[in-house]
Amino acid sequence: MSSLSRDEVAKLAGLARIEMSEEELVSLSKEFTVILDAVARVQEVASADVAPTSHPLSLRNVFRPDVVVPSLSPEQALSGAPAQEEQRFRVPQILGEE
Amino acid sequence: MIRSTAAQMAAKLASGETTSVTLTQAHLDRINSVEDKVHAFLFVDEKGALEQAASVDAKRAKGEKLSPLAGVPLALKDVLAQKNKPTTCGSKILEGWLPPYDSTVVANLKKNDIVILGKTNMDEFAMGSSTENSAYGPTHNPWDLSRIPGGSGGGSSAALASFEAPLAIGTDTGGSIRQPAAVTGTVGVKPTYGGVSRYGLVAFSSSLDQAGPCARTVLDTALLHEAIAGYDPKDATSINAPVPQVVQAAKDGNVKGMKIGVVKELNGDGYQPGVRARFEEALELLAKAGAEIVEVSTPNFEYALAAYYLIAPSEASSNLARFDAMRYGLRVGDVDGASAEAVMNLTREVGFGKEVKRRIILGTYALSSGYYDAYYGSAQKVRTLITQDFTQAFTKADVLVSPTCPTTAFKIGEKANDPLAMYLNDIATIPVNLAGIGGMSLPAGLADEDGLPVGFQIMSPVMKDERMYSVGAALEAALLSQWGAPLLDRAPALEAGK
Repeated sequence: MSSLSRDEVAKLAGLARIEMSEEELVSLSKEFTVILDAVARVQEVASADVAPTSHPLSLRNVFRPDVVVPSLSPEQALSGAPAQEEQRFRVPQILGEE
Repeated sequence: MIRSTAAQMAAKLASGETTSVTLTQAHLDRINSVEDKVHAFLFVDEKGALEQAASVDAKRAKGEKLSPLAGVPLALKDVLAQKNKPTTCGSKILEGWLPPYDSTVVANLKKNDIVILGKTNMDEFAMGSSTENSAYGPTHNPWDLSRIPGGSGGGSSAALASFEAPLAIGTDTGGSIRQPAAVTGTVGVKPTYGGVSRYGLVAFSSSLDQAGPCARTVLDTALLHEAIAGYDPKDATSINAPVPQVVQAAKDGNVKGMKIGVVKELNGDGYQPGVRARFEEALELLAKAGAEIVEVSTPNFEYALAAYYLIAPSEASSNLARFDAMRYGLRVGDVDGASAEAVMNLTREVGFGKEVKRRIILGTYALSSGYYDAYYGSAQKVRTLITQDFTQAFTKADVLVSPTCPTTAFKIGEKANDPLAMYLNDIATIPVNLAGIGGMSLPAGLADEDGLPVGFQIMSPVMKDERMYSVGAALEAALLSQWGAPLLDRAPALEAGK
């Protein structure tokens, strides 16, 4: 039986950049026991001789001509920004201050 | 007028019997009178729709050559970007966002002068089968307001079934067009993957997502299909080939000599008796219309649901990483000294709903080092096996058929706390997405036990979408002559009471 502990869910939430309450962590951990059991069934038939499919179309390297086409203006590109400064996205501190 | 088909509306517009402004206003009035019960829309663009309608009328007055659906109104699922109109995907994280560009589907609608009435409700980021996962409240099924209209495209299906719009756009990742169509007695088509551009469709699971047409008749669906389909250089996964001739197929509705394969695995245990009864009757009608009914077996379909609930969340966990509070959308906790990471964590906690978080965590797990091969890798192999099952089945039949869903519409709240029971709803629709083929759902009648609509699913090989329209049109015609009137005439009137 597969399961995920509260601590494992907390680690995944950190990787996925989602703050989670204690209550959410515990309830997700319980749900995952059931969900993982259901999805683990894929292992029953996924033998080594079966090739994986990542995509329904067998496309590779789709190119287009390298010509200039109209694009968004800086104002349009910034129109949804939560904060902006000097025609740039203003973001919170990325590196620690030391 | 609002109960006509889109094709009838288009004919009246072409003959000058009515105008697009009149037709659009009639639908806006209908929306005003029933929307408090149905809640199909997240945004009604009264001004924009009437302006667009007036411009179509002006073009027509000048004698310009117009497209077949010019001037007919449509409801757009809120997962497709429309320039300067709210596009939320049913999520708080995109509340108030105005896209600075049009998706290709919207550009095609505008090019065809189809009038966009507004944006329809959906499960957040298209994750769900009931529209209960919308951050803006559920949509109600016009057949019974206490029941779900399907999902994720429940807003689009409810808008059609309540005569708020004759046409709608949906998107289908695991059944989000077909299951809502089934439970509301409307028609919905998931075209072949790559048949309709995904540019500007907010991605949930990129290798499965496909936008498609929804309407109340097979012909209307075909007309909309041809309006939105076609190669798009902006979508690298768009198929560079002519659009299948679906309108002609829908007009002919000819199934003589066609082989229709009944999928053995998509029936039986777990399927409601009324669903099975309507399905069996539909098969008899198709046989009478000249089709040959054969049985096909697809042994790996029983693993489709498990594969889907690994592949879709995996892709979602990656796609939804773009909602990082930096460039657009919600930003929470941006106080002095807060780090970007802390702001991301807080924003995504507040901005995403429970199901979206559940799937992001599941996908993150399935893709994580040490588990990748056991989960995501195995699911990709199952995908190969399912595609092989389809290839094999299509050597024996021109199209495959099954019930669209195991049951009719369930009650709002009934499965909200049981994710696995909710996922089981998609058992018959998911294989189509994994293989990238076409799928249609059309009404097959009402289940005896609850009087609710039952969907009939038709599946066609890659880029042979016209086949499902041939079969759909033949079945629709046979059923209509049996019923004497469209199925939706039996739905309760929303104006009176309740």
